[in-house]
Amino acid sequence: MLQMNNVSKVYRTDTVETHALREFSLTVDEGEFVSVTGPSGSGKTTFLNIAGLLEELSSGAYELDGRDISSLNDRERSRVRNEKIGFIFQSFNLMPELNIFDNVDVPLRYRGFNTAERKKRIMEGLEMVGLASRPRHYPAQLSGGQQQRVAIARALAGEPRFLLADEPTGNLDSHMADSVMSLLHEINSTGTTIIMVTHELELATQAKRNIFVRDGHVSAGGQEIHLAAAANG
Amino acid sequence: MFRYYLKLGALSIRANPALSTLMVAAIGIGIGACMTIVTINYIMAGNPIPHKSDQLFHVQVDNWDPTQPYEEPNEPPEQMTYLDATALHAAGRAHRQVIGYKTMRVIEPADEDSTPFQIEARATTADFFSMFDVPFAYGSGWDKSADDAVERVAVLTAVLNEQLFGGENSVGKNLVVNGESYQIIGVLAKWTPIPKFYDLNNNTYGHPAQMFMPFSVAIARELYSSGNTNCWKPVGDGGFEAFLASECIWFQMWVELQNESEKEAYLQFLDAYVTEQKALGRFPRPLNNRLSNVEEWMDINEVVDEDVGVLLGLAILFLIVCLLNTIGLLLAKVMRRTKDTSLRRALGAHRAALVYQYVIEAGMIGIAGGLLGIVFTWLGLRGIENLYNEYDFIENLVEMDWVIVMAAVGLAIVSALAAALYPTWRACNITPASQLRIQ
Repeated sequence: MLQMNNVSKVYRTDTVETHALREFSLTVDEGEFVSVTGPSGSGKTTFLNIAGLLEELSSGAYELDGRDISSLNDRERSRVRNEKIGFIFQSFNLMPELNIFDNVDVPLRYRGFNTAERKKRIMEGLEMVGLASRPRHYPAQLSGGQQQRVAIARALAGEPRFLLADEPTGNLDSHMADSVMSLLHEINSTGTTIIMVTHELELATQAKRNIFVRDGHVSAGGQEIHLAAAANG
Repeated sequence: MFRYYLKLGALSIRANPALSTLMVAAIGIGIGACMTIVTINYIMAGNPIPHKSDQLFHVQVDNWDPTQPYEEPNEPPEQMTYLDATALHAAGRAHRQVIGYKTMRVIEPADEDSTPFQIEARATTADFFSMFDVPFAYGSGWDKSADDAVERVAVLTAVLNEQLFGGENSVGKNLVVNGESYQIIGVLAKWTPIPKFYDLNNNTYGHPAQMFMPFSVAIARELYSSGNTNCWKPVGDGGFEAFLASECIWFQMWVELQNESEKEAYLQFLDAYVTEQKALGRFPRPLNNRLSNVEEWMDINEVVDEDVGVLLGLAILFLIVCLLNTIGLLLAKVMRRTKDTSLRRALGAHRAALVYQYVIEAGMIGIAGGLLGIVFTWLGLRGIENLYNEYDFIENLVEMDWVIVMAAVGLAIVSALAAALYPTWRACNITPASQLRIQ
């Protein structure tokens, strides 16, 4: 479903060249829950950005659902982001001037759904994250955990096949983090593929597979751990 | 999506009240300054009779001094002698023809408690009203027979009729003018051609004469002109008769010619007339006859003062400065919203969608700026009216109409959209990940 082969990402300034990803190769199958760990600056987030089409790769090949991403123009990339990918960010990234109903509505607007369809999907999303009773609340009126739940509802409203989560519990206390992780597992159980970047090993072990990234590529030496298999074995 | 973008625009404006207010103010002040001068320029340069301005021609024949032109380099006189005006009028070669001049008269109201007062009268011929499409509230103008019979009849403007008769139908009543009784045969509806094209020699932007009387009556009463009179030869002894026979110019003449061939024929007629006069010892200069339609005549007379052009240039520069400020403010606003922009990109907005969103927001700011600009324009015009209140014509130049209002809003929207181009381009070229990475 997601296949990266020898993907490199280089940031260039006049004097400095920084290799964020070096010949990064990874395959993620449909329905997987993959955690990505690694030290700061290892390239985890760059990988996630490229996977989510938020950045362009410098070289290599990236296929998503069998489509060569490098051949897409801006409008096509935007459509892929809108239809196939959901994002969850560490800092929630809700729009403070919009209430939570309207926040969840944003990707649906770009999808072109009619009013009734949008309303149905928004309320279903909020229902799933336990916030259906507060559609008119603004983000500032919610706790961090609730805000992240709104972000998850927004990510899922378009029924994406991919959920990309960048430190989704990084700004939450342990109780709220557990609640969010439970929700991610629930989502994964419905068949949605999840790739989660985290620096917390405890969370990473909750995924079915962990990718360890170091110096811009998947670390060699068997550190790609099939956690579920390990746990079973 | 249009309504959605309107909502986003309103939210954005509300979320940044200080920046939004500054932008609206910058556009409003720029539009106000610009439109104040544009309004004056527009009124000054406006076509006062657009539906037939290309059929009405001001007539000039060059009877001037052989040693020097009336005006360099070789301009014929703007007005005519009595001899030429009456001869050309009597020839009747045009579809319609009018001669006339301005003269001051004293009205003696019937009410004994009211004191006599002076008015501007226009002595003219019968075709004046039909030729210039002058609207009547009551009655009508006089006909050629009244001209020929030297009938003491009068047509009043709505303003004078209001003053004398409270606006009632005064047709049939008599009016005492300089001790003589005139029968009122018509009252005009509101009619204020700006500029006063039919007599640009006398107070271009002033009100029309308050009373119209037959040319023949004015001449029979030996009424001199109260407008410009120029002579290149001394007037001989013999009083008014000698003045009429002189080479002094004080009459305006207009003809109505309905097509190019009529114009050509009339020019040939003028040439023939002048050639005939040369044989009689007049018209010492080479043939130099002119027919100018309304707009050409306004251009020749430079009805739009050069200073207004300079002011217009300065006002446009000021508007540009205001727009540059708006660009800066919009840029600051857009840069504050890079995270929002990046997030929308991440959630599926393509560049064109963001351009649409920002353009609508800029349009909303433009409309608000335009409305404020209308207020500033109105204030600017009132300021000019107060500054130049000693000129009685100033009120005619400071009126706003719907064209100006629409132009102000339109210019504001275009200005705001122009100001939004660069900030929008910057916003749409932000790499989404660069902002979303910031935790």
